[in-house]
Amino acid sequence: MKLYEYEAKEIFAKYGIPTQRGSVIGNVSELENEAIAYPAVLKAQVLVGGRGKAGGIAVVESKEQAVSEASRIFSLRIKGIPVRKILVVDSVDIEKEYYLSFTVDRSEKKIVCIASSSGGVDIEEVARTDSKKIIKTYVDSFRGFLPYHARQIAIDLGLGGDTIVQFASIATNLFRICDEYDCELAEINPLATTKKGFIAVDAKIIIDNNALFRHKSISASQSEEYTELERMANAAGLSYVELEGTVAVIGCGAGLVMASLDAVKKFGGEPANFCDVGGGATAENMRQALDIVSRKEGVKSVFCNIFGGITRCDDVARGIVEYNPVVPLSIRMMGTNEKEGIELLRKAGYPVFDNMNDAARNAVEMAR
Amino acid sequence: MPILIDDRTRVLVQNITGRQGMFHTLHMLECGTKVVAGVTPGKGGQKVEGVPVFDSIEEAVKMKKATASIIFVPAPFALDAAFEAITANLDPIVIITEHIPVHDSIKIVEYARQNDVHIVGPNTPGLMSPGMCKMGIMPNHIFSCGKIGVVSRSGTLTYEIASSLTQSRLGQSTAVGLGGDPVVGLSFTDVLAMFERDGQTKGIAMIGEIGGNAEERAAEFIRKNIKKPVVAYIAGRTAPPGKTMGHAGAVISGTSGTAQSKIEALKKAGVSTAELPGDLANLLMKKLRSKKL
Repeated sequence: MKLYEYEAKEIFAKYGIPTQRGSVIGNVSELENEAIAYPAVLKAQVLVGGRGKAGGIAVVESKEQAVSEASRIFSLRIKGIPVRKILVVDSVDIEKEYYLSFTVDRSEKKIVCIASSSGGVDIEEVARTDSKKIIKTYVDSFRGFLPYHARQIAIDLGLGGDTIVQFASIATNLFRICDEYDCELAEINPLATTKKGFIAVDAKIIIDNNALFRHKSISASQSEEYTELERMANAAGLSYVELEGTVAVIGCGAGLVMASLDAVKKFGGEPANFCDVGGGATAENMRQALDIVSRKEGVKSVFCNIFGGITRCDDVARGIVEYNPVVPLSIRMMGTNEKEGIELLRKAGYPVFDNMNDAARNAVEMAR
Repeated sequence: MPILIDDRTRVLVQNITGRQGMFHTLHMLECGTKVVAGVTPGKGGQKVEGVPVFDSIEEAVKMKKATASIIFVPAPFALDAAFEAITANLDPIVIITEHIPVHDSIKIVEYARQNDVHIVGPNTPGLMSPGMCKMGIMPNHIFSCGKIGVVSRSGTLTYEIASSLTQSRLGQSTAVGLGGDPVVGLSFTDVLAMFERDGQTKGIAMIGEIGGNAEERAAEFIRKNIKKPVVAYIAGRTAPPGKTMGHAGAVISGTSGTAQSKIEALKKAGVSTAELPGDLANLLMKKLRSKKL
């Protein structure tokens, strides 16, 4: 789960990482209530990237300008997402920008600290074009990330004097946040130097969804990344991702559903969604899945790909027959209790295939 | 001989008294697995499908000489369960549990590395050496003892491939589910190396998916170290960037982790890649025939 910049900065403040003084407004009139020192910076609070390019950040010199810029930003949609909150912060004079983050390294199977003297830009781009500028330090799970690790990074970044100690304090505190909040990513980009020392100009925290049970204080209400149907599906316990095409896809198991999307594409169709009912799906799960995928506008056929392992084919078949969708179905069914399942479906007049390619091809033809 | 597990493996089931633990204990026993003990703290003295239940692993190992463990413990308690199994030196340890926090998985994998123990998963369908031993949740009837090593990041695709290998009479030496999480114990490279050394395995079927770079690393490893024929299928050619496709680990971040990059890397390493999972068995047969294996 991604946190908003202002939420991440609240956590930074708690852990002693310096940030600009600021406040959050939900509408233009709230600018009145805040003691704002000009020049100030207005920053749209959205969870998608690229808000700067979309006009979601503005430097303002006066109150009048703040009002007009704030109302402009509140009317923006950034990658389709409306702006509901703006963070107003003091403007700072930046001398140099650095990059600092802790994240999960999948191949090393460790937490890694990534630092760079090229801050304020896309770090993936730096990694591609100038990988020498990236300093990676792997964290031992049992010893943790200690100040001496941080000081070495500071030296490698070319820092000197007192800034080494300042940097070490910020880095060890950022690691504590990563550790204590179960972060997939805790990032400061840019970490800027000013006359008064370091300051975290931006803040990004992504918390591992699987660890939310340990962080009850963090509200899980942030669903702006998801569409209406994705939210409905999540509530029903289905993995669902919306796509652009006309052939809806339902299956059991993430890999099988991904393969089903690939098959639809291969036979000339465009998948409308990814929908995984999971292992051990019941008739009710199947009913809900059909309901959700057929709500999507433009869906012309549904490809159901069921390979029963823990899932029982007859349960799934019952769900299909009970729901009786209006959109035509192409079903592939194999595995545990397939005889019972296929019989139920055939009696209700549904054609059933025993291999994935034929069923996918049929679904694509029905969508033409 | 198959890899990782065989007819000498003495299996312990952690949380054997839970719904999943009980159900799969029965099915593991049905296909010949020596399930010798279960552990559920507080339920020592009970029996599940005739298997004695203990309060701790230490007791279970002392009384029943268990050598390996399969974990059905819920995610919030899985770290504790895995550490208990690693401390007792059980090997391999198969973690079926889904939704374990990634920081916990990192600790589990690191502690296992220090103790030289193999972790399979988390979020895996497990291991299957047909006719000898199963430590997992896959359906028994689609497997048959044979000569193909299967290694996969996806559960249901493993079933799909195993079933087609059974139909084409190639069968499986061992099927290994690596798990769908971003951080898992065994990787493609570890398992590929084991299959290369294994006498029963004549060819290898590899099933990958979007996210991470484990397949790219595997490609590099195959080019340098693997002589046996390898065929691969990579799921998720149509997946959009930034969206998690069911498995926590199946996500394209920025421009890395795409199916195209994995397929290219594998092709460069001389691996035949199938466009659809249904084509994998045929590809493998062709390769085996050309090598007269």
